[in-house]
Amino acid sequence: MAEAVGAPLFEMRGVGKAFGATVALDAVDFAVAAGDVCALVGQNGAGKSTLMAILAGAVAPDRGEMRLGGDAYAPRDPLDARRAGVAMIYQELSLAPHLSVMENITLGVEPVRRGLVQRDRMRETARRALAELGHADISPDAVVGDLAPAAQQLVEIARALAVGCRVLVLDEPTSSLGHADVRALFDLIRRLKGRGLAIVYISHFIEEVMTIADRFVVLRDGRNAGGGDVEGASANTIVSLMVGRGLDDLYRRGARSAGDVVVTVEDVTPGSAPLALRRGEVVGIAGLLGAGRTRLLRTMFGLEPVTRGKITVGVYSAPAAPHERWRQGMGMLSEDRAGEGLAAGLSIADNMTLSRLSPLGPAGMVLRSRQEAAAQGWIERLGIRCGHPRQKVQELSGGNQQKVAVARLLYHDVDVLVLDEPTRGIDVASKAQIYRLVDDLVCGRKAVLLVSSYLPELLGVCDRIAVMSRGRLGPARPVEEWTEHSLLMEASGTRAS
Amino acid sequence: MDRALAADGSVGHARVVAARRFADERGVLLGLAVVALVFGALIGPQFFSAGNLELMARQTVIVCVAALGMTMVVVSGGIDLSVGSVVALSTVVTAVVLRYDGTVAGAAAAALTAIAAGALCGAVNGVLVTQLRVVPFIVTLGTMLLVRGAAKGLSEERRLEAPATWLNDLLRTTHGGSGLIAPSGIWITVALAVAVAFTLQYTRFGRHLFAIGSSERTARLCGVRITRTKIAVYTIAGALAAIAGLMAFSKLSVGDPTVANGLELDVIAAVIIGGGSLLGGKGSVVGTIAGAAIMAIIQIGCSQQGLPNWVQQIVTGTIIVFAVALDRWRSR
Repeated sequence: MAEAVGAPLFEMRGVGKAFGATVALDAVDFAVAAGDVCALVGQNGAGKSTLMAILAGAVAPDRGEMRLGGDAYAPRDPLDARRAGVAMIYQELSLAPHLSVMENITLGVEPVRRGLVQRDRMRETARRALAELGHADISPDAVVGDLAPAAQQLVEIARALAVGCRVLVLDEPTSSLGHADVRALFDLIRRLKGRGLAIVYISHFIEEVMTIADRFVVLRDGRNAGGGDVEGASANTIVSLMVGRGLDDLYRRGARSAGDVVVTVEDVTPGSAPLALRRGEVVGIAGLLGAGRTRLLRTMFGLEPVTRGKITVGVYSAPAAPHERWRQGMGMLSEDRAGEGLAAGLSIADNMTLSRLSPLGPAGMVLRSRQEAAAQGWIERLGIRCGHPRQKVQELSGGNQQKVAVARLLYHDVDVLVLDEPTRGIDVASKAQIYRLVDDLVCGRKAVLLVSSYLPELLGVCDRIAVMSRGRLGPARPVEEWTEHSLLMEASGTRAS
Repeated sequence: MDRALAADGSVGHARVVAARRFADERGVLLGLAVVALVFGALIGPQFFSAGNLELMARQTVIVCVAALGMTMVVVSGGIDLSVGSVVALSTVVTAVVLRYDGTVAGAAAAALTAIAAGALCGAVNGVLVTQLRVVPFIVTLGTMLLVRGAAKGLSEERRLEAPATWLNDLLRTTHGGSGLIAPSGIWITVALAVAVAFTLQYTRFGRHLFAIGSSERTARLCGVRITRTKIAVYTIAGALAAIAGLMAFSKLSVGDPTVANGLELDVIAAVIIGGGSLLGGKGSVVGTIAGAAIMAIIQIGCSQQGLPNWVQQIVTGTIIVFAVALDRWRSR
């Protein structure tokens, strides 16, 4: 294929990292040469973020070695990595929005004489860096917060160049960009590549990888799953490498039968297919991070304003606040367990019963004995490992915390359960228990709407699955018509060939 | 986390956890005992005489009543800097109404009007916090000036003399006098403390306050009506500050628009020493009362020991910082 590229500028060999009992990376090799764009792809949880964190000096690997430009590379912290010439452009930009463009570009390396900042030299540095990017149109004096996302990204890249970076890592750089900006970014990447930078391009979007990258490396479950030249590879082969695994027997299906429609969602996001949820079924929504799935669920539950379209829950079709949704028989599990799902400082009993305190005593009172008895019942039924219902939730393990959050919906006895990433970050045993619980619920005539980024889970649990991609929800089709492969193709905006 | 660490079998860690838990529940009471014993040892047994205890109770009643409302606000993750001004407004409103009608019924009307005025100030705080989405610190900093100004305007910047009524007897000493063990104002304070403690622990409203303070997003997800609850808690805090104002009026027997300047800081200090967290979700009535008592003992103890005011301020300041440091340590 391509001529043998020179010795890699950056190289990692046999790098491993475990967090507690979870192995995030297991002997991963990765290399990128100067003047080369190497794409790093993999599903959520494949180990991409850990690999990046190691590269950026934020996390130290347990084993393995890294070399940069022939020398050993072992950054103590992100600043150290930056000094060595490794710059990261994160999905969430890390700029100071109140400062000017030039102040951001020279942040930490301000030109100083006799203790005073030299604004002229600062402006000159910024102007030069921006001109190198072909964007002399951005004023060094503009306030960063006033710039469009694409221009902010350029400022961040300019900052990387201003400190002399050799390896540039771009994490999902197109996620907040429009079509024209994406094309401009790709032109820029080609120019930077021409100047001898080594570029690591991380993306979920296979088409982008096919367009911009020279080579690709696939991670799966913390290991190298394959890689090679992009030329000659097809989107299909890359996706197959990302998926690579069959369904296991974690999942159970009781005697389910779909009944009446209890929830409908019409035209809430432009260009979306209508969604109808029936009693006795689990409908899944697949999609990449940032595709708009969480936003859709939050809008349904009244946590975000309904700007268009119509949501019907049971007989109610007016927009409703969360407390009304609970009353209408709908409950939601948040994807953000620590920040929203649970009040970490409160007890298990308080957390479990918060949405429905009224049956716990007469006239607005909450009798502690009744509250504890109610909580104790669910603690036993779900096997939550804890000392006492009054124990603070923050003292529990992740899996047990999640069971507390799920128990709230069961205690409230809602008919429609909206679950956003119910198994994120919890152990396999707890996962299996939640899958069985979901099955029991739908066999008991409840309806479940499930958002998950873990495809085997969706395929194992759901009766129908719809894919959301860039804000658009596709039609829900029976699970038999989907494979991990087709879900991923659809989610990353690639039509199956 | 704790569970995982304890599973290591680390005895040292378990001991630290146990110590933290102990500090969490009994730290303030322990502090109160220490402070009381220190001054008891310095001054002698007469420090704990019935007369002296009554003096301390009367001294701290104003802070205590206002701090009951502040405890609820702090539990909900808010703060109310306007309480000192509301106390002043309350004394002025009381005097204004009494000047019209100095009878027993007139005094009752004066008290109710003052409480209503305080509740209104609190409701304004609540509405501004929830509708303008400005942080409570700023909103109540503004209303602190606004209400103080209103009190001064209403009294035309004078101290308003008022006819003597039963309101003046709220904090009159009963030592060696009437059949009551303590002045009625202290009994009212005890009753209010019990009511607020009950509300926080055993009512839906109280549990909602803890939930909002602990995690507002979680409370919203669980269908807690955040706007309503917050307006209610600031309104109650305003009403309690006005009752504290009645106590102040009882002591002064005039309506004084400049009284209780800086009282809000003493009130917040009592809540914080008592284990309340300005981050919300924590605080208790018992702790707050103990916090107020610690400050009163230091104040009276120092003056009876003949120590100058500056010593008392240094000691109180040290205790506030120490109490918060303790709070950080036990929530680590």
